[in-house]
Formats: sequence, C-alpha cells, structure tokens
Amino acid sequence: MTTRNLVTMSIIMALFAFAIIALLYPLWGREAMRLGLDLRGGIHMVYQADFSDIEPGKEGEAIDGALAVIERRINILGVSEPMIQKQGADRIIVELPGISEADKAKKLIGQTALIEFRELKTEDGEEEWVPATAVIGGQKEELNSSYFRDNTYVTTGEFGEVLLIFEWNSQGRKISEEVTGRLIGEPLAIFLSGEPLLGDDGEPIAPVVRDVITDSGQIEGLSLNEAQELSQLLNAGRIPLPLNPIYDQTVSPILGADFIDMSVKAGIIGILLVMLFMMAYYRVSGVLASLSLVFYGVIVLAIFKLWPITLTLAGLGGFILSIGMAVDANVLIFERMKEEIRTGRTLGAAIEAGFNRAWNAIRDSNITTIIVCLILIWVGNSIVGGAPVAGFAVTLLIGVLVSMFSAIVVTRTLLRMFVGGPLSKKTHLFSVSVGKKDV
Amino acid sequence: MFDIVGKRFRFFLISGVVILIGVISLLTFGLKTGIEFSSGSMLTVDFEQEVEQGELEAALAELGHDNVIIQRTGAGDYLIRTMELNVEDKEALETGLEARFGQLTEPEFSSVSPLIATETVRTAVIAVAVAALGILLYVTWAFRRMPKPFHYGTCAIIALVHDALVALGVFSILGGILNWQVNMMFITGILAVIGYSVNNTVVIFDRIRENLRLDISVNFETVVNNSLVETLGRSVNTSLTTLIVVLALLFFVGATIQNLVAVLIIGIIAGTFSSICVAPTLLVVWDKGEWGRFINWLPFVRAKAVK
Repeated sequence: MTTRNLVTMSIIMALFAFAIIALLYPLWGREAMRLGLDLRGGIHMVYQADFSDIEPGKEGEAIDGALAVIERRINILGVSEPMIQKQGADRIIVELPGISEADKAKKLIGQTALIEFRELKTEDGEEEWVPATAVIGGQKEELNSSYFRDNTYVTTGEFGEVLLIFEWNSQGRKISEEVTGRLIGEPLAIFLSGEPLLGDDGEPIAPVVRDVITDSGQIEGLSLNEAQELSQLLNAGRIPLPLNPIYDQTVSPILGADFIDMSVKAGIIGILLVMLFMMAYYRVSGVLASLSLVFYGVIVLAIFKLWPITLTLAGLGGFILSIGMAVDANVLIFERMKEEIRTGRTLGAAIEAGFNRAWNAIRDSNITTIIVCLILIWVGNSIVGGAPVAGFAVTLLIGVLVSMFSAIVVTRTLLRMFVGGPLSKKTHLFSVSVGKKDV
Repeated sequence: MFDIVGKRFRFFLISGVVILIGVISLLTFGLKTGIEFSSGSMLTVDFEQEVEQGELEAALAELGHDNVIIQRTGAGDYLIRTMELNVEDKEALETGLEARFGQLTEPEFSSVSPLIATETVRTAVIAVAVAALGILLYVTWAFRRMPKPFHYGTCAIIALVHDALVALGVFSILGGILNWQVNMMFITGILAVIGYSVNNTVVIFDRIRENLRLDISVNFETVVNNSLVETLGRSVNTSLTTLIVVLALLFFVGATIQNLVAVLIIGIIAGTFSSICVAPTLLVVWDKGEWGRFINWLPFVRAKAVK
C-alpha cells in the first residue's frame, strides 16, 4: 500500500467515524433528524390577508397585529415548536408540528373572536338582531369586545353558575353607558363572530338589561370549558383583518410514525438488494462497492442531520433513489476495468485506467440530474406546499454529489488497497470477478 | 454479439405502439389533475369496517358531494377528492360518513385554493420550461465535439420526449381506470427521470464518439452497435439497481408518494429502453437516411405491398 493511499484511507475512516458519531450523538445542538410535517404529523396552513377594509398604508401594521394575535392563540394550545411567519406582504404561514387536534387548532386560529352585543329591531313586522350602537363624539360606534380590556376571566357565582367577567376600556364605557341606558328592560343578545352565542342549554344568550352598565359586565350561561376558551381567546386579542385559508395540509402524527417506519424498511431493503446484486455480479469489486455504499449511506445521513435537512417522505424517496443511482459510478468504473483487463492490462493498471476513463462518463451522467435538482429546489421553495418537491430534490442532489465522491475516492482507495496490500496474494480471486484469466 | 441496431425497426414499432396507446388515452381520458393544480380538497379516510367504493360514492352524493373522485389506496384507505372544504364542511362530511359507516380515522387532509393552484401551475410550467432549456443546453454542450452535434442532440431529445410521452400516457390510463391524479410529485418524478434518461443516452453517445475516433474506417452502423454492446452491461445494471430501490419504495411506502414512485418506475423502464433502443438507433437511421425504409418495413405496409 502506498503512503498516499494510506493517507486517503485514514481520511476516509476518520470521516466515516465522524459521521457515525454525528448520527449517534447530539452534535452542535442537533439532537435528531429534523422531520418534515408529513413525517411527524401536524398542520401547515397558509392564510391570505384581505386588506380591503384596511386603510391604505396600514397593511403592514394590520398583518403584524394578526401575527401577534395568532401567536398568542397558538400559545393557548400549548404546541411545541410552532412556526408562525409572514410570507410576502400578505400571507401568513402557520405550522404546528405534531398536533393531534388539528380541527380545533384551525378553528382557534381562524376565529374572529368578536363578541358583539345586539339589540332587537322590528322592521316591516320582522324582528331582527342588529348591532347595538351609540353615537360618541358624532361617530356611530358598535358595542363589542374590541373595547374589552384584556383581563377577562371566568368565575362561578353564588349558585355555582359560570360567569365570564369582562371590563370595558374608556371608550367602551361610554358606548356601554349609552346603549344600556337606552335599552333598560329590553333584551341584549350576545353574538360571537356573527353567530348567536349559545349557552350551556343550547339557547341563545340574550339577557334583559336591568341597569346601566359602565365599568364591567358578565356573561352568564356558558359551560365552564366554553367560558374559559372564550376568555383566553378574548384576552389574546382580535385579529385585525380577515384571513382566508388558502392552503391546508394536515397529517395525523400516527401516520407520520408509520411513514418513518416504512421508509426505513424500504431504505434498508433497497440497500441490501443493491449490495446483493453488486456482489453477485461484480463479486470482489461488488463487495468493495457495497462497502463504499455503506460509507455513502452513513455520510449522507450525517449531512442530513448536521445541515440540517428537513426530511420529508419525498425526501426519503430521493435518498433511496440516490442509493440506486450511487452505484452507477461504481458500475461505470467496474465495466471499464473489465474491458481494460480484457485488453491485457494488469489489475493495478486496469484500476487506474478504468477510473480515469470512466470519470468523463460519471461527470456527464450526473450533470443533468444536478441541473434538474437545482430547478426543483427552486420550485419547491417558491410554491406553497412545495416542501416535498424541495425535499426530494435536496436529498437527491446531496446523494448524487456524495455518490460521486464515494465511488471515485472510496471505491478506488479500497481497490488500490486490495492490489498492493496484504491481500495481494488473493488477486486471483479478485481477477475471477472481472472475468480475466491472466492477471 | 447482440445485434441491437439491426432490430431497430422492431424497437421503433414497440415505442410507437406504446406511445400511440398513451396518446389515444390522453385524447379520450385526458389527464386528471390533482388539487395542487386545480384546487379543491383531498381527504384520506380509513374506515374501521369494510366499505365498498360504490357505497362510499352513494353516501357522498347523499351528503351533497356529487362531484367527487374516489381513489382506493394500496393500504385500503380511500382518497376522496372534493370541492374546497373549510373546517366546518369537513367536519360535517366526517360526521355524515361516520353515521353511515361507523368509526373512521382521517390520516390526511389537504386543501388548496384556486389562488394557490394557479400559482403552482405557473411555477410548474416555468420549471418544466427551464429544465427543458437546461437539458437542451447541456446536450448541446455535451455533444459539441461530436461529428454531427445536431444529430446527436436531436436524437437525445427525441428519446427524452419519448420517455415523457410514455409516462404521460401511462398516467392518463391510470387516471382513467384508477383515478390517479397528476400532481406536483408527478412533475418532480418526470423531471428526475428525464434527467436520468438523458444521462444514460449521453454515456452511450460518449462511447460512440470514442469508438469513432479509434477507427473511422468501420461503417457507422457497426460502430454504434459495438458501442451499445460495450455499454450494455452498464446501462442495464444501473437501471436495475435504481429499479430495485424504487420497487422497495413502492412496496413499503405506499400511497402518499405513489405518484412519484410510479413515475420513477415507468420512467426508468422507458428511459433505459429509449437510451439503448431508440436514441442510438435513430442516429443510424438518420445517418443512412433510411426513413423510407422504416415506413416500408412496417407490417401493415408490407402486407399491402404483398397484395
């Protein structure tokens, strides 16, 4: 074995050892593979802001306000590692990994959470609940929860009834004073997000005004759970502009776990079958190719973890596909070697010639895959819900690049070791594998 | 020694028939596009008890969803494609189905609005165009030193279009029979496969170039055939290893990336065939200017001639 080969081999072994350590232990704060939504379950929502009711110039403020409110609402859910961010000027992305109560979360995010007080108006003989209004400083103002202080709470009254207690801010006080003063003896219905708020008994809550209310008030008749949820929602604030869901992807966490299990199985079976095939067809060279395939797999996984690459199901697909492609470089080289040996070269010379002449083909045969991967990464990152596309392309790209390295450097070093090393006596075994009689 | 080039007309006929069937299917069934491209909602529903597809369809129609596309997955789940549903609509649908068929779980749900669908289509079109351009530039570059770069480039691209047509045709048939839909993963798979197939063609053309340099006295047909035979081991083995892992994916991962996996399988097979049997043999046909001979060789033309 030449010194140069020894050095290369040591570097390869060091890299391999490092990759194994990186996979087994937390390194640079990377505790585990980062899994995408489809593998760990959860929801990915995109909301489009509707600025039509927002004063021009105030759009940024409104969407930032919405972002803050959504964050507070998500906190109510207690999801770990939620991701809430603005995309462009008018979209909000919400990602809640691992959540199982997806529908509840979506409702919570989407709720306008506006409590309105409505009075009964009779028009053309028909009764209708219309927003209770007061004229304050020449402006007509509606009485609703946007004037609540954010300190609502739930308590129980003396008969054990559930009470949602709220307090008006200064503007709310003025409106409330006028409205309740005007409506004494009349019912005042409570609406939540445009729908009558139903009590524990299923009936709309519409108490009769008994007194002028200025400072604080209470809503009676809700169930304890509902009151608590509503109180949290009210305290989290109101989303200042309409948000329409334009993209929704929900995966149950159980399914994600299944996928990981199946992908690992597919990966292992795939690798084993490829190894078997290579060993059966190329024998000793095939064994070496299998070794470099193991090296390849470990290095790629370590890169995934350390980068970190968010692994999706399609990403795992890309990785597994790249296993099949990774052998390609080896196949190209081995086929070349066979030919070289047939023309009468020695094993050592055949290895060098095989690698040198196969290099062009290896390079050429990977360029288009690299071009396509780069385009797909761009696509995946620029479309909504494009994570699988980008995931597939990134893992395939890394796979292709590492496979070139592992075939050219690792397999060659292993082969060279074979030729000049302690196993040189058994070259006849090796020569059988390349179909040659006179090495 | 295999004589691949000599059987070229037979290969063209095989490709022609496969593509023709695909094109007929494309013209009759068309392609079913997934929600990413045409908006809507897609639910995966897993019933605890056995539910027939017909029953499910009837139940959905009763619930007011009559324009649904139902697809059964390998795991026995149903993929139900509906109009765009919001949270309330979806809950109503679930409750309705539960009332009829008992306990169900819903492992996956996705919903795409027309706005997003339009954006996705636009991006997909740009991606395909840019990828085609990239591959074209690469092919031009890779064959710049060939004796007739235009011939090589064109044949490589015909092979690529061949693969894309086969994949589209098969998906159209799968769409017509099993309600498979063309989604973004399909586009991803097709681009990956086209890249892969061009690579194979390039490796073979590379060998032709090398052999032409070694000995220019031999006739072109023999050089091409020799090059094909010399690279046959590589072409077949590479495709086999790739096919092995993709099949492993098919059997273990199932529904979610089934489109991707299916495109990869179809593409790898079509790509291997076109790289070996179509692109290099077309070169020979072109070199000899024997398009007319191929027409005359066709069985039905021959039959006519005999009469």
